[in-house]
Amino acid sequence: MNEPNNQPAPLTIDDVRHVAKLARLAVPQEQLSALQHDLQAILGHIAQLQSVNTDGLEPMAHPLTLTNRLGDDVPQPSMPIADLLRNAPAVQGDFLAVPKVLGGESS
Amino acid sequence: MNIDLVQVRDDIHTRKTTARATVDQTLARIARSNSQLNAYHEVFDDQARADADRIDHEIAAGNSVGVLAGVPIAIKDNIVTRIGHTTCSSRILENYRSPFDATVINRLTQAGAIIVGKTNLDEFAMGSSCEKCAWGVVRNPWDINRVPGGSSGGSAAAVAANLCAAALGSDTGGSIRQPAALCGVVGFKPTYGRISRYGLVAFGSSLDQIGPITHSVRDAALLYQCMAGDDPHDSTCAPRAVEDVVTTLEETPRAFRVGLPVQYRKGNSPSVDAAVARAVDFFKAMGATIVDVDLPLTDVGISTYYVIAPAEASSNLARFDGIRYGHRTKSKAAKDLFDLYAQSRSEGFGPEVQRRIMLGTYVLSAGYYDAYYRRALQIRRLIKQEFDTAFAKCDVILGPTSPTAAFSIGGMTDPLAMYMCDVYTVNTNIAGICGISLPAGFDETSQMPLPVGIQLQAQAFAEPMLLKVARAYERVQGGRKYPTA
Repeated sequence: MNEPNNQPAPLTIDDVRHVAKLARLAVPQEQLSALQHDLQAILGHIAQLQSVNTDGLEPMAHPLTLTNRLGDDVPQPSMPIADLLRNAPAVQGDFLAVPKVLGGESS
Repeated sequence: MNIDLVQVRDDIHTRKTTARATVDQTLARIARSNSQLNAYHEVFDDQARADADRIDHEIAAGNSVGVLAGVPIAIKDNIVTRIGHTTCSSRILENYRSPFDATVINRLTQAGAIIVGKTNLDEFAMGSSCEKCAWGVVRNPWDINRVPGGSSGGSAAAVAANLCAAALGSDTGGSIRQPAALCGVVGFKPTYGRISRYGLVAFGSSLDQIGPITHSVRDAALLYQCMAGDDPHDSTCAPRAVEDVVTTLEETPRAFRVGLPVQYRKGNSPSVDAAVARAVDFFKAMGATIVDVDLPLTDVGISTYYVIAPAEASSNLARFDGIRYGHRTKSKAAKDLFDLYAQSRSEGFGPEVQRRIMLGTYVLSAGYYDAYYRRALQIRRLIKQEFDTAFAKCDVILGPTSPTAAFSIGGMTDPLAMYMCDVYTVNTNIAGICGISLPAGFDETSQMPLPVGIQLQAQAFAEPMLLKVARAYERVQGGRKYPTA
């Protein structure tokens, strides 16, 4: 089913770097080409999707057709702050501690 | 079948034995075997004994106890428990302790079940072999040089080696059924939405389903009955009544039709095809009608799955950012938030998880969304329609659970080849229907006999019929066998 003309455009190292950035992953330089190879192979297989006729089909995001399920608007007790902070890697008082945010993300 | 959960429960409740003795025996077996099998990541000895004593006290006092009172149950470590840790077999959650219990944990413990420990999985349930577990590979009790399957391999191995009365797994593309087949036990994936996902660490939210891995079909039915039903904490839980599957289980199924997809007959090992053929003969002898059905998109299921599941995973796993919980990098090089996120995630996630996050991010990214993600969702509808057409001709679809018996540890290095293990199971999740894997004999061609499984699939919410048919098969089969080790 994998017709050659269905094969995706080759994934470049720059593409892999770009996707890693979108995914907030720090892929070490030396692993980029192995990852490129694996992803290319998987995308090559997935290309078989292009050979299926999908004209006029509504995408199916979910097996159940439930929409807008509403709960009763009843206040519930919240989880204690101490429980929520117990797993935090860095805490100051009742707050999560993070590095300096102002200055924006590196690009 | 003298050690299934129902039998153990009955023995405790009729005071032939005690919960404490049952728990002690289970803990002793774990102490003996777990260093070799690595089924459990964590075992709650003291709490399990205390729970058992409390239940024995209730029984001795003549008080009524729950239907699961006293039975030791193992929990896949991607289902959150206040007791112990919940790690998803990932370094990123190595020290994570949940502040709440999953809905299934509440329902099981309210019925008296004793949580004996947390079992290993492929990291974040991404794998079919339990080799991608941060705490070491899990081994198959039938042959320790082979994989138990995955991702619920720790739970399947624990049941197979009798290290618990039953276990919970989760199934996103076969992760309950495939390890159950490879370990020679029962693995049941209910219809999507039948059991609350609240407290199941999300992988593919439109595919994930919790289910039991058990010694017998009647155990699976009982655990399902205890867990199924709507939950205000999960808006994707089906708001419909749960039929009583336990009391109807022993009824002989009324005239039913078994569908055999032509697409399920190629590329299987001979022992797997033979197991399916034996099952066909059994159902014929029972008076069932055997019909051919057509599922031409069986192969395309893997491609569809490897777009949808990674896409959902890349979104779900975005929550692991090193801020609120989980691993945070100690690297001084992380100067800003971006570095902190990326360094923490790449240190915490293993290679397969990172590969799937990358794949999911790619198929959702600008310029590729329509070609991959949207198209996969359209094909998902086609796959659902294919099942609907097939189920107009039959009540259950019979086939293999996995194309082969357990493979050797380290024997499958190509990620794509590993993905193909799930060719018969992913479409169940894509369509949101139910399926069960049953022990169905052995592959005798290898050095040690290895279990093979058959799968029965049924339409969404057809659990009562599916379980009845599975139980009828089990009664004739004589139940599961036990590894000698």
